[in-house]
Formats: sequence, structure tokens, C-alpha cells
Amino acid sequence: MATTKETTSTVQSAPSVTHYLKTHVRDYGMLIALVVIMGMFEFLTDGTLMRPVNLTNLFLQNSYIIIMAIGMLLVIVAGHIDLSVGSVAGFIGALAAVMSVNYDLPTILVVPVCLVVGLIIGGLQGYWIAYWKIPAFIVTLAGMLVFRGLTLALLEGQSVGPFPKSFQLLSTGFIPDVFGVGRPNVTALVLGVLAASAIVFLAARSRAQSLKYGIQDEPFSFFLVKNALIAAAIIYLSYLLSTYRGLPNVLITMAVLIAIYTFITNSTTIGRRIYALGGNVKAAKLSGINTERLTFLTFANMGMLAALAGLIFAARLNTATPKAGFAFELDVIAAVFIGGASMTGGVGKVIGAVIGAFIMGVMNNGMSILGIGIDWQQVIKGLVLLAAVVFDVYNKQKAR
Amino acid sequence: MENIILEMRGITKTFPGVKALDSVNLKVREGEIHALVGENGAGKSTLMKVLSGVYPFGSYDGDILFNGETVAFSGITDSEEKGIIIIHQELALVPLLSIAENLFLGNENVENGVINWPKTYARTQTLLEMVGLKESPSTLLGQLGVGKQQLVEIAKALAKDVKLLILDEPTSALQENDSAKLLDLLLEFKAQGISSILITHKLNEISRVADSITVIRDGASVSTLDCHAQSISEEDIIRDMVGRDMANRYPQRESHLGKILMEVSSWNVWHPEALDRQMIHDIAFNVRAGEIVGIAGLMGSGRTELAMSLFGQSYGKNIQGEVRLRGESADLSSVPKAIKSGLAYVTEDRKELGLILEETIQINTTLANLDRVSSRGVINENIERQVSEDYRQALNIRTPSVFQKVMNLSGGNQQKVVLSKWLYSQPDVLILDEPTRGIDVGAKFEIYNIINQLADDGKGVVMISSEMPELLGMCDRIYVMNEGRFVGELDQADASQEKIMSMIVKA
Repeated sequence: MATTKETTSTVQSAPSVTHYLKTHVRDYGMLIALVVIMGMFEFLTDGTLMRPVNLTNLFLQNSYIIIMAIGMLLVIVAGHIDLSVGSVAGFIGALAAVMSVNYDLPTILVVPVCLVVGLIIGGLQGYWIAYWKIPAFIVTLAGMLVFRGLTLALLEGQSVGPFPKSFQLLSTGFIPDVFGVGRPNVTALVLGVLAASAIVFLAARSRAQSLKYGIQDEPFSFFLVKNALIAAAIIYLSYLLSTYRGLPNVLITMAVLIAIYTFITNSTTIGRRIYALGGNVKAAKLSGINTERLTFLTFANMGMLAALAGLIFAARLNTATPKAGFAFELDVIAAVFIGGASMTGGVGKVIGAVIGAFIMGVMNNGMSILGIGIDWQQVIKGLVLLAAVVFDVYNKQKAR
Repeated sequence: MENIILEMRGITKTFPGVKALDSVNLKVREGEIHALVGENGAGKSTLMKVLSGVYPFGSYDGDILFNGETVAFSGITDSEEKGIIIIHQELALVPLLSIAENLFLGNENVENGVINWPKTYARTQTLLEMVGLKESPSTLLGQLGVGKQQLVEIAKALAKDVKLLILDEPTSALQENDSAKLLDLLLEFKAQGISSILITHKLNEISRVADSITVIRDGASVSTLDCHAQSISEEDIIRDMVGRDMANRYPQRESHLGKILMEVSSWNVWHPEALDRQMIHDIAFNVRAGEIVGIAGLMGSGRTELAMSLFGQSYGKNIQGEVRLRGESADLSSVPKAIKSGLAYVTEDRKELGLILEETIQINTTLANLDRVSSRGVINENIERQVSEDYRQALNIRTPSVFQKVMNLSGGNQQKVVLSKWLYSQPDVLILDEPTRGIDVGAKFEIYNIINQLADDGKGVVMISSEMPELLGMCDRIYVMNEGRFVGELDQADASQEKIMSMIVKA
């Protein structure tokens, strides 16, 4: 019985690369779009986009959007939405400023307190959504107004700054070169190579395992080319960064968060249950899943990540302003949908949201370098969001 | 002699990679009720979509002749103009609009762009009388039961001057007396010269109203039977549908009863919103190891409410009573606790309540017992894959791999996935709520075998079903339920449809 199974599945698993690409166009479409967009701006800006200093800026500029997009992905997969993240990020930045600047509290205390406050804010909103079944749109719209107001009140309408040096490191710090060469930054290179090898190693291991079970449909040549390209891209990027000031602290924070949340969504019971909850809340509940608690947790998590984003944004500006975080939620939500998440919940990937955020970020950056006004930037970003979702829906319909 | 109102000749429809219809022929005489039967996925719905223009002219091969002339519909509007109207299984009505508004939705009584309400209400009144529905035209649709909504849908067809009415499993959600009313209505229409095509799984309905029958199997028309020219037995139809003789619709089983596994006593449940309405009154029952216990009753008798209130208090408020599992008092106050105590509940509505349609078979299989394939909260996908693969083979789920999304499976295969999920939670007692609803005959037989296997393995099975023959064929004992109470208990030997009905009626 088992042997016949094996043979049938090996017979099936020899599809052509083009066929595989066609059936998986949704998985790779946005990554390809990101590469194309980067290539386009690289050309249009005469190579400014990929210059080490601009690349470093690109990461610094988009880190807080990406961090919030990770949390938002979970919220959207669970079938909800969070409109308050921009206000919460702004509020936490203000809180950090008041604590560090007005009260001279040490950064080592300010950061954890702010994260916990973010967690509590998210939890409070999640409480109404999960246990009182009040639509997330309403609760977080209220939260958006409340924390926008509280930011103003806390700062008394003024900007507060500058932050102490230790706090600024959150955003503007770089990993020092432990090898002492300085430029190129050997640590950055080594870390880049390590990350690339780790990704290739994990991919190879998971491929070997699925081959053992006879369910691999990815052609080997495709696997090889894909991983070679990803590894090359990572090493090339880390080389570019190493010729400037090395790896920004924020990049490491981001990479770690992406790794952790990818693991949570792919491989843990809690991640699986969030997808189930978003896919069909009634079926999930009748399968013994505590849907209320999970909803509560996704919002608490979102609050904490919004707080982290708020801290990084404040550190980057080196001041907390009443307008900080204004309309961030729109960029964050757009990033998640560009990354292929479904409006109705149950579908979406962390890496998709990150790619979505980078697409937005590269476009912002590229268009600014080209001197395109903020007016047309908005128009183009809006159209890209629409195009991405249309692309997704179109592929889904074709697959039927 | 008689006029042929509709003739479909050599209809062939291909989807990428699949031939859904292969030169199907269908001939409907004027003023007859024509039954269209076949297993799920045989191609009935596709054929009707070709007829109504959902698949426009040119996307299929073959000819459609309506009243003797060839027609080429490019959309539903075209076919409705000719008087061909389909009533789908899922009703296309708006619950928050009134009956009158629903009846003329898209077909309003308009004068210069303004709706003439008095005329609308008057016409609604006439149409409601025609279908025998005693409701005010201004009643909101959502306030009506499914049976009455069905009648509104038919009235809507009448408003469009219907010549050929197509009903897709109209009685699948109706209880016995509503179904009977609906079938009577079809007979009335027949007297008025309206022809109908009735798609159904219920063979007793066919023998009651149909004049002729077309059986479709695997995308081809297998046979057309004239009910007046020959005497047709249900077995004949079934044989044509499945292509094999099913001498016995219910597999034989020798029961070996063990100890009492579950015992429920003085179970009382109140309505979750209307707190003064008691839904379940003082119910007591038990299930033994190796026993299949049936719960018979009409729709709305409280069977699902009973099952869901037992399963982690998923229904109702103010629940009182005691459940003993394996002799010990059990805490079933939440779904996780109920699962841990060894209870499983296979829901009535598998798409709404049983499955995550967007996910794969693998993910659905382990959902109720994820902890068993994971350690410290991390899922071992290799074990998970093996587990779901084992169930796929054991329950004969027809799909190339466990990575198939559940939404792409047929009803019978979906139900097997739901069963896999609950088998993997390793229950002692399974409550199966309408386990074969909307499943074709062949798959039903397989589900019955699975249920028998469960009993043979020493599990207790509670089977809720609206189909009395199914309960009579499968159960060791049958409890009869009516209006939230158990009104009788019958052993297999003395149970019969008549006895069950009389218990319900006399209660």
C-alpha cells in the first residue's frame, strides 16, 4: 500500500518549471514586483536607490512600518483590523519623551515600560473586540481618536526632545565592527553570509523532509535558482551596507522579529489557530479553540509592536511630536494587503506583509529622490495598492 | 402528441482538464414535472447553468430548443425573459427587505422611475395567495422560516411569468409538512400548465410527483424513465444513479453492546436570547459502548440544540442537568473540556460550522487535537502530514493529496474530512448531526460503513437525522424527540416510520 503511494507521488512530482511558476504565481508575484520596482527606480534614479547610504536610509525609514505590518498581519489574518496603530505609536513616542526628557529616567527602564504600556493598550482594545464582540473597526477607530488626543495632552501640544544618546541608538545605532576593520564593515558581511547560509540550510532541510514524504512539487532547478538568488541578494545587500556604516540596529531587530513571527505563524499551534479563527470562527470554536483569547492576544501583540515602532520612530526623529504616527495605520494596512492577505481573514503571510511594506517604502523613497511631489506620490501608491489586490483576486479566480 | 417545451441535445461542457458534461440529452414535456437525479457532482447543476445562461451560448456544445425553437442565452436575463426560472438551493432573497420588495427585486413596478407601492402590494397579495402563503406583503423576509422563504422564492418566479420552473433541491432544508406543501404546489402548477424540473436526492418525492425522470451519472444522461408508462422502483433509480446495484442501502452490522458510556439526566436548556423560552425539557438518555443511538424528530424539534448544549454548552443559556461519562460525572462546560472528556460533535452544517474551507485537508484533520501533533506548542508537520494521510486512506477521501483545499472537495469527501477531524480527537462518544445530509447515495453508504466501524470499535454513537429510513437502518435504539422533549424510545426490532411519526404527532 505504502509503496504504491510512493510511486504515484513520484510520478506526479516532475512538473515543468513554467507550470510550477504558473500555479504559484501568487506566492512569488509580489516578490517579483518588488524586484522589478527596485530595478526600475535604480534605473530612473541613476543608481541612487541602491547607494549604501540610501539603502541604509531605506531600512531606517521603513523599519517602523514593517514592525507594525507584522502585528497587523496577525490581526488581519484573525479577521479584524486595527486603525489605532499610528496613534498608539505616536502616544508611546510621547510617553518615552516625557519619561526620558522631562523625568530623566534611564533608557533601560523607559523601553520596557513603554512596551508594556503598548501591550496593555492593545489588550484593552482586544478585550472589547474579543469578549464583547464589538467590531474591531469601531473599537480601534475610538482608540485612534483617544490616543491621538492623549498624545497631544501628554506633550501639551509641543515637541519634546532631544532624547539621550542611549535612546537614539534604538534607531540610529549600528552594529560595531568586532573585527575592527571599520570599512568595509566585516561584521556586517559575516552576519550577511551567516543569514544567507541559514536560510539556504533551512530551505534544504525542509525540502529533504518533504521529499521523504513524497509531496514535493517544486522542481529542483527552481529550488536551486530561487535559493541562490535569495542568498546572493542578502549577501549583496549586506556588502552594500558594509561599505557605509554596517548593519543598523533596527535591521537586526526587524530580522529577528520577522524570523520569530514567521516561525509562530508557520509552525506553532497558536499561529495555526489564528489562521483557523480567521478562516471560519464558528468551526474553530466548535473544534475547541479559544477564539476569544486568541483575538485578545493578537491585539495585545499588535499594541506591543506599535509601541516598539513608536519608540523607534521617536528615536529616529530624536524628538516626540504631536503629529508623530499620523496616518501610519494606512501605510501599514496597505502593506499587509499588498502582501497578499485576505480582507476576510484566514489568509496571509508574514513575509508577504514585509514585502508589501518594502514595496511601499521603495516607492516612497524612489519617488522622493525623483522629486515627485507628495500629491502624485499618494495617487501612485493608491493605484499600486488597488493593482496588487486586483492581481490577487484575478489569480484566485483563475485558480477556480 | 404532447408538446416538448424543452429539449437539450448533446450538451457537452468542458472545463480546463475536466469534461463536466458529455453529450447530455434532456427532454421536458409541456406541463409535466420532470425529475433530474444523480449523485453530487454528476453534472446536474452544470446542466442547469447551461440552460439558464450562466454559462453563455458558445461556451458549450449542443443545442437547446425551447418551445421548438433554438435558443442562445448569453445570461440569466435572457433565459428569464423566455420564462425559464431557476430557484437555487441557497435562496437568493434579502432578509432585511419585505416580502413585497423581495418579490419584485430587479423587476419593480415602476412608473417613470418611481415605484408604485399600492400596485406592488396588490400584486404581492395575489401572488402570495397563489402559493398559499398567509403573510402580509410588508413582513420582513428574515422573520419567515425557511419553508415560507422558499414559497416567497416561488412567488417571485410566478411574478416573472414562469413557463419552466427549475427547483434545485428545494426541500433539502424543509421539514416534512413544508416539503409536502411545496410538492402539492408543484402539482397545482402542473394543472395550470407550468412545467417544472425538480432536482432532488429524495426518491420518495420523485415517486410522489414526477411524471418522468432523467438520471445523470458522471456527466452523461444515463436513462430517461416515464413514470406513467412503467412502474419504477426506488432501487431502479438508485442503480442508474450509482451504476451498481445497491440491494442494501444500509450495511449490515451485528451489535455488541458494552457498558454505558454516556448518561445524560434531567437536561434543561433555555434559549440564548429569549431567556424565558425553554428549548430542552428534562431530557435523559444513555449510550452504550458499541451502540448506535438515533434521535428522530422533525426539524425544529430541538435535536441540534440538544447536541450543541451538550457539547461544551455551545448553545443555550442556564443549562442544567448532569452528564456522566464512563460512570463519572463529566464537566462539559466548554468545548475544550468536552473534547478532553471524550466527546465529539460532527455538526449539521459542515461548511458553516465544520470546516475551514480555505485550508487544506491536513490542517482541517488535526484542528480539534493540535496538541497531539505538537510538542511545546510547535507543530511537527511531518507527523501531521502522516496522520492526515492515514485518515485520507482509511476513510477513502478521493483526492490526490492532503494538500488539497477542502473547498475543492465534493460534499461526501468534505464530510469524511470532518469525520477524520473528530476521529483524531479520539472520542468515546460521537454525536453525528445529520451526517449524510446533502451527500450522494454512494458516499452515504461509505459514511454508514464508517459509523458502523466506530460502533464495532466500541465507541458510542449518537446519530441525529431527519431521514427516518436511515435511522431505522442504522440504529440499535431510537429516541423520538418533539418540541424539546423526548417523547418515546424504540428498539430497532419494534421501530418503524409509522410508530415514530405517531409518537411525534400524539405527543
